[in-house]
Amino acid sequence: MAPMAEPILRIRGLTRDFGDFRAVDDVSLDIEVGTITGLIGPNGAGKTTLFNVLTGMLPPTAGQVFLNGQDVTGKAPDALFAMGLGRTFQIPRPFARMSVLENVMLAPLAQAGERLWGPFVGAGKMRDQEAAIRKKAMEVLDFVTLAPLADQAAGQISGGQMKLLELARILMGDPKLILLDEPAAGVNPTLTNTLIEKIEELNRGGKTFVIIEHDMDFVMQHCNPVIALAEGRKVFEGTAEEAQNNTVLLDAYLGAQVA
Amino acid sequence: MIGIISYLVFFATVASILSIAVLGLNLQWGNTGLFNGGVVAFFGAGAYGTLILGSAPQDGLLGGFGLPYLLALFGGMVIAGIVAWIVGLLTLRLRHDYLAIATFGVAVAFENLVRNAAIFGGAQGIRGFERPLRDVFGSGLAYNALFFVFVLILLIATYLFLERLIASPFGRLLRAIREDETAAQSLGKSPSRVRLTAFIAGSVIMGLAGGLYATFYAFISPQDVLPILTFQIWAMLIVGGAGNNKGAVMGTFLIWAAWTASGWALSRFAPLDVQLYTGSIQFVLIGFVIVGMLMWRPQGLFPEKLVVSQSAKTGR
Repeated sequence: MAPMAEPILRIRGLTRDFGDFRAVDDVSLDIEVGTITGLIGPNGAGKTTLFNVLTGMLPPTAGQVFLNGQDVTGKAPDALFAMGLGRTFQIPRPFARMSVLENVMLAPLAQAGERLWGPFVGAGKMRDQEAAIRKKAMEVLDFVTLAPLADQAAGQISGGQMKLLELARILMGDPKLILLDEPAAGVNPTLTNTLIEKIEELNRGGKTFVIIEHDMDFVMQHCNPVIALAEGRKVFEGTAEEAQNNTVLLDAYLGAQVA
Repeated sequence: MIGIISYLVFFATVASILSIAVLGLNLQWGNTGLFNGGVVAFFGAGAYGTLILGSAPQDGLLGGFGLPYLLALFGGMVIAGIVAWIVGLLTLRLRHDYLAIATFGVAVAFENLVRNAAIFGGAQGIRGFERPLRDVFGSGLAYNALFFVFVLILLIATYLFLERLIASPFGRLLRAIREDETAAQSLGKSPSRVRLTAFIAGSVIMGLAGGLYATFYAFISPQDVLPILTFQIWAMLIVGGAGNNKGAVMGTFLIWAAWTASGWALSRFAPLDVQLYTGSIQFVLIGFVIVGMLMWRPQGLFPEKLVVSQSAKTGR
């Protein structure tokens, strides 16, 4: 392994309250470049809330987030995507009444034709860009095995295909760090295998992943390190092997109180 | 014969003007998912704006700037855009039915303002507007036919503008925000900016329709900006097909024909004591049309096409 550089994501004392309820409680962790981190924990442990705070959908109550060493605490999701942070959703969010291809073509940043006057002033530039975007979109769809569905309505494909579509969409923005929220949940095994294959291929290409997943086989085989949350707190951080032998972790999954 | 032609020109002019307003609403609702419940406020801003800017000075009335007609019409659009910009900023955080209620309130407030403020002519409205080129073409059928052609050109221009707009990446962005704002934002888009842009652009188009309407009648009053007009415009869009510009225009002609025909039929065939309620019965009918359409064919007569982006078409 290469020597550890600056962590791509550094979290310090991150806390998020909903009224009296503390969903994320003083979480600090570092995500190293080029890793696939598994984020596990029982339902309600605060995993998705942590994702939502990291991606700017929710402001933190306290704490800081650094992306590539830069303080990005409280930045909006669109700004974070532009800085190389992509995320998918636990329940897929396709643009249902748009074609699969249009879903993917939407994603590239700073498109000339995205302004009101874009199609009228300097339309040539827009057309050139569109041709390039379309080509790249077809390549990305091909990569995630959805190319044959390019013309389908995104709301009509299967749940697993929607997860692949979400991956394809964020790939259009060339993110450095990708947060996946339960990519394997409710997906048939064939598609899960495709997804894992693609994640590992992207990882070999240099992309860093943080994956929330309940499928322990998935986590133990493909994720390293593994981080566990319970009741909003980080209760474990280590290798997959260590995780399997950790009593605190077993307690958390069995529902016992964590001291 | 001349009577029928005259009437057809009159009908087609009004329907074309309303089509422009429906196209504006289609940009907001059909493409972007913005529930504008106060269409008449922006229609009215354009109408009042055009007359105030274009008419000769009158005692006690605001304006009378006597601007050249096209400038006055354009000014009306700008005023509608400014009103939309203010309303849009204030309601940026509102979604769906909340936005509908807020904008409906704006429209009612607008009507109350023009009804009660003497500088806007109060309940009597603004009269005495000199229609452009009237001394050249007189006030008969020739003039009306010419004005219809003028309106038709603007309708076609608006239609082509919007068709090109929604086939572009901007249109793709509007639809993505309509479908899922959170997902769009997670892909680097700024929903609030796009929503505001679409809201203003749609309202400017409604303002154009209002300006033409006021020009056509050379008169505007609070009676022209009642909530029923908002509902009529909505019915036209829903029947035609939200998200489809051709549907928006077809729906307008269809509903306007049905509205006119039902008024005529009621006044002609209904018993006298029922005729008193012609207006109310028409309100009920328009409600039935909206609800019925939403129940049985919510996509409208001309549904939105799945692929709208020009460059995402694969020719299959």
